[in-house]
Amino acid sequence: MALATVVATDETATPDGDLKVRYVFEPTAPGGPDRFVTLLVSVDAARPEVPSLTTAVPAANWHEREMRDLFGIVPVGHPDPRPLVVHDGWPQGVFPLRKAFDGSRRVPVEPADEFPHLVAEGEGVFEIPVGPIHAGIIEPGHFRFTSVGETVLHLDARLFYTHRGLEKRMEGLSPLDAFYVAERICGVCSVAHGLGYCEALEQIAGVGAPPRARLIRSIALELERLYNHVGDVGNMCAGAAFHYGTATGARLKERLQQLNERLAGNRFLRGLVVPGGVLLDLSDDLLRSLAVTLQDTLSGLDSLMGHIEANPSVVDRLDDTGILQHQAAVDLAVAGVAARASGVDRDARRDHPHGAFAGPEPPELHVVTIPDGGDAMSRMTVRALEARESIRLVGEFVRRLEPGPLQVTLPEPLPGGRIGISAIESPRGEAVHWLRTDPRGRVERYHLRSPSYHNWPAVALAAETAIVPDFPLVNKSFELCYSCTDR
Amino acid sequence: MLRILINALRTGVVTIGYPAEPSVPPDRFRGAPVLRPGSHLPPPSVCPAGAISEFFNAEGRHVALDLARCIFCGRCADDPWADAVGMGRDFELAAHSRDHLRIEVVADDAAVTAARPALDRDAEAARTSSEIQRVLGRSLQLRHLDAGSCNACDWELTALLNPVYDVRRLGIDFVASPRHADGVVVTGSVTRNLETAVRRTVEAVPDPRIVIAVGACAASGGIVGEGYASAGGVDRVLPVDVYIPGCPPRPEAILFGILVAIGRLDARRLQREE
Ligand code: SF4
Repeated sequence: MALATVVATDETATPDGDLKVRYVFEPTAPGGPDRFVTLLVSVDAARPEVPSLTTAVPAANWHEREMRDLFGIVPVGHPDPRPLVVHDGWPQGVFPLRKAFDGSRRVPVEPADEFPHLVAEGEGVFEIPVGPIHAGIIEPGHFRFTSVGETVLHLDARLFYTHRGLEKRMEGLSPLDAFYVAERICGVCSVAHGLGYCEALEQIAGVGAPPRARLIRSIALELERLYNHVGDVGNMCAGAAFHYGTATGARLKERLQQLNERLAGNRFLRGLVVPGGVLLDLSDDLLRSLAVTLQDTLSGLDSLMGHIEANPSVVDRLDDTGILQHQAAVDLAVAGVAARASGVDRDARRDHPHGAFAGPEPPELHVVTIPDGGDAMSRMTVRALEARESIRLVGEFVRRLEPGPLQVTLPEPLPGGRIGISAIESPRGEAVHWLRTDPRGRVERYHLRSPSYHNWPAVALAAETAIVPDFPLVNKSFELCYSCTDR
Repeated sequence: MLRILINALRTGVVTIGYPAEPSVPPDRFRGAPVLRPGSHLPPPSVCPAGAISEFFNAEGRHVALDLARCIFCGRCADDPWADAVGMGRDFELAAHSRDHLRIEVVADDAAVTAARPALDRDAEAARTSSEIQRVLGRSLQLRHLDAGSCNACDWELTALLNPVYDVRRLGIDFVASPRHADGVVVTGSVTRNLETAVRRTVEAVPDPRIVIAVGACAASGGIVGEGYASAGGVDRVLPVDVYIPGCPPRPEAILFGILVAIGRLDARRLQREE
């Protein structure tokens, strides 16, 4: 069993009168039963404490720090009691995800002491602070390197700069309105998070999307993976100073995003997947345009990978750089490309079937893992192979399309007091959605555990096997989202 | 090396001609919603982003749509309001003030038309401070500032540098240091955790400087709005010179906004007409 997510809820206003923590676990055997096991702990609101699991379950680390920041539930014995989600000058004793807290008002920024970064001392030991505002067009995070010469001794990453309070924002909304927030948690995971929210909601409603809609949803999900993976291969070339590769990756990605705009009216495919099914159909014209673009992407990607593999200066930079050990990936419940490149055989498309994989006779899926991998080259290889697999899958889904309805209607109001859990294989790995409706059928609590949430601690470990100048490359080889981690 | 060169030559030029040549978005593209005066305009509750509002006076029911808030989801143009609202194709929406992004119609009498006339884009461009134009001239160096975006607007800014949009051909570039910049492009609604960093970065840009708010979150708070962790838009924290609607705005829409910011639109438009 591996930790899938941890969800805290404030139930002080209900007859239970407590806070609750749900530790949700999932089986780790490849293709094991599609099941979640929830350990439910009732927490006394007068003395909100739970024993910390972090030393036994390392993946619980950030979850526990988050529930202390947002709910005031203290994980007793936690090895790293620093704040995680709320930053400098946050008022003492104020917990924004408690129900009594009014989330609609701004909390002013107060002057504060410097954050207690972990510091090492000694002759020749330097500290290098980077961010939160970076030199390029990228998301904000603060990285504090402790180094001796070029060697990284320790990396302390501080995130949650883009924490927007989106889970609180969704509470009390009609689930159909809240969908638009879920779809906008992350730009480059719009389909995956929109779909994950929809599947959790459809569980609550007791309905399923029609077969044609499932296929179109899976096509969208693979197109999202494809433009991300192709773009990421290009970005890794930037990290290795191979500019032909960067420009080629950017050009191929651009064509895919233009295809997205033709299919969905939005370059991030927003507005295609909706609760109950999909909003837009695929016409024959669009399917032709899809086939041509994918064929060109395939040959463009093959040619780009050929250039990369034939270029010793690129391969040298990637080989043995930023190593994530298999055991560390298991312990931290790392997801997606990073997990598979370290030999962890996990893919939510197979392990928690969704979209077209949830139907009868699901298509075959080749899960790419590299048993002795773990370095940046392995992560690049996994991406390139998965991009090809996505192109193959889209072809398969298109072949299976039969005429039929695109949507089912959801009951209104939705059933109250029900929980829906879904897991979606997003471009960065498994994302777990947890949704519960209140007695009136509105959103009572929603929680997203993105793949990046579990993967960030792994980046710090991998960086410690590299030199400072290789950090951008290591970081790009994981290509994690800040916005879906921070929410 | 030779193979790379041959491949590059075979690929040829992929750069588009916009803004000298028009950019036509695909059929399904959802641009600015068009409100048709009449009695069947949707109620504010239809809009998940809070972009639609209404009020009543002697003329009747007024319905207003705030393009700065709109996430272009198309819900207000769906049944049963498809007759009253249509998703337009216009994406060149950037404006110097929030007021100019408000579309208002009187909804109760089909004879009364739009209460707010369409924005005159060329007049808008001419409004640009002559001081900024004099100092910055025809080139613009910008610093990107992620103030808590979902990364979609950021990706579209990155796209402006790809071989297809290649904004450097227009003298526009993104620089690493605020000290080298003429202005900032801000994405995101300004989170509490970034507010200090945002203020400090903008203060580091030499005066005169321009601030461009890219996308619904930066322009108005968007779907994120105001809350314990979000200021609800860049202009809650800093004066903004240009607002670019979109969720996210397509790269051409951002480019249009940047050109509005430096008042270079009229020249480009003329060139297009010739
Ligand atoms: S298209 Fe814009 S105005 Fe219409 S419902 Fe969506 S966000 Fe609101």
